[in-house]
Amino acid sequence: MNNLFVYCEIEEGKVADVSLELLTKGRSLASRLGCKLEAIAIGTNISGIEKQIFPYGADTVHIFDAPGLFPYTSLPHTSILVNLFKEEQPQIALMGATSIGRDLGPRVSSALTSGLTADCTSLEIGDHEEKKENKTYKDLLYQIRPAFGGNIVATIVNPECRPQMATVREGVMKKEIFDPGYKGEVKLHDVSKYTSPDDFIVKVIERHMEQQKSNVKGASIVVAGGYGMGSKENFGLLQELASVLGGEVGASRAAVDAGFCSHDRQIGQTGITVRPKLYIACGISGQIQHIAGMQESSIIIAINNDENAPINTIADYVITGNVEEVIPKMIKYYKQNTK
Amino acid sequence: MSLNIIVLAKQVPDTRNVGKDAMKADGTVNRAALPAIFNPEDLNALEQALRLKDKYPGSTVKILTMGPPRAAEIIREGLFRGADGGYLLTDRAFAGADTLATSYALNMAIRKMNKADVIICGRQAIDGDTAQVGPQVAEKLGIPQITYAEEILSVEKDKIKVKRRLERGIEIVEGPLPMVVTVNGSAAECRPRNARLLQKYKHAKTVSERQAANEDYTELFNARPYLNLEEWSVADVNADVTACGLSGSPTKVKKIENVVFQAKESKKMTPTDTEIDSLMKELIANHTIG
Repeated sequence: MNNLFVYCEIEEGKVADVSLELLTKGRSLASRLGCKLEAIAIGTNISGIEKQIFPYGADTVHIFDAPGLFPYTSLPHTSILVNLFKEEQPQIALMGATSIGRDLGPRVSSALTSGLTADCTSLEIGDHEEKKENKTYKDLLYQIRPAFGGNIVATIVNPECRPQMATVREGVMKKEIFDPGYKGEVKLHDVSKYTSPDDFIVKVIERHMEQQKSNVKGASIVVAGGYGMGSKENFGLLQELASVLGGEVGASRAAVDAGFCSHDRQIGQTGITVRPKLYIACGISGQIQHIAGMQESSIIIAINNDENAPINTIADYVITGNVEEVIPKMIKYYKQNTK
Repeated sequence: MSLNIIVLAKQVPDTRNVGKDAMKADGTVNRAALPAIFNPEDLNALEQALRLKDKYPGSTVKILTMGPPRAAEIIREGLFRGADGGYLLTDRAFAGADTLATSYALNMAIRKMNKADVIICGRQAIDGDTAQVGPQVAEKLGIPQITYAEEILSVEKDKIKVKRRLERGIEIVEGPLPMVVTVNGSAAECRPRNARLLQKYKHAKTVSERQAANEDYTELFNARPYLNLEEWSVADVNADVTACGLSGSPTKVKKIENVVFQAKESKKMTPTDTEIDSLMKELIANHTIG
């Protein structure tokens, strides 16, 4: 009882990366807390799914396999989680900050009147003191996230309500096999005991899913532009550099909001997290919301007119100057000095 | 067919344009230094509501917002663009609410309003980016939700059909009314203010706004009741005060930090040919590129 639960997203018989990342994080948190790691898999025709989950250190996999559970709709998945959590009383429940997790998490938290923190960039265990009530809470989940447009970082706790719920974006946590031979227990549940027929009233009548359009997440070189690029046209320059170097173009949220670049290339807390070999930040001031998504890049070059831009503090190379002037010089040198 | 439509809207500080004076020395947010705006995705939501009203004559669009007295600005902005009325949930007891306590309060206010067919809101607000309030309200009302909506395609025979925009594609979903729909920023932009409506509603105010301005409003409200923007307190919506505001919020902010980056030893450069060339040479030599 009072274990740590991870909701696993499943698409075409495959557990999503974000869920495997959360299982990895969940494993280390569970070990720290001395509790078990339990996974929840909900779908249609998903027998054998536990084989993908156990290597990440899950002690139990709860399987709910029935028609109508794929594609995801809010109500049946909510009912399953709410009823399972009422039985199992988890202390922590984690899910991906995806269009599924961000649809499901709030619904479940509202039904259980438990707290939920969205888009955490870090999860830790620690104590909490309520000075007014002179009470100390042991081993709470610290849910850490940038807030207020990324201008501050907040640590959120849920002292009283359980489960302590949090969502985390894909790529924020690292995915790592715990033990390839790890074996836990499979619990196959009777879906009709957890859902009611009324839960199936919203129907997905058409679905067009594409492979991920941009490959920013996996790129070893990212050339990213911010609001300081000034226009969509100037992003063409970044594309040119990225093509020459064999990288991908990324963008800050401000640049995406301004329409300079498409949303699927947004890097930061509410976009993609990247860890490339080389990150070239062009006209990006460097709000924490952006930095949260790229600070683990091996080498960071910042090109900016503003010599006091926050991004400069985490950059290995700071070029103070115009992007329009610097990039053509980089392209020229590279073309002349490589095959 | 006419629909009762409620739009949930929030007045937010414009976190996209944060200046240097936005943060106080102690690391807390200086809200006074930030302009207050209509949350962008709530404007996308309003547009979807107004389109339904255009399509199904006789439908009404009401704005519901929660905030300090100045949040009445949001309702006026909605009226200028075509909404029919609005309510401001305002009470000190609502202050400090997390998403759950906010949802509880909104749900109680919705229950007090005319039975809604469609409740539309933005997917998320730019000051918190949580995307939680829509689904939490739906759950509290005991009705289904369709999130990440890009377009409401149709409402027919008590069924609503919606196009959703997800990370890797689209879905068309259909469900019964009443329904909560949360709208993405990728949806159609909101229509601008209408000059005629601007004239009609420019004096629309809440009682506390009129009191603050020392105006005698009784006569005007009697003559033109649509200028009276209603304010609701905790008691007005029959809410349980312990479920509101800070006391109704399961999440507590333990700590807020101003962002301090682990500063690196950075190499400062100017954009001369020599310096750029030497940087590129170094990157090629250590196999970062090439």
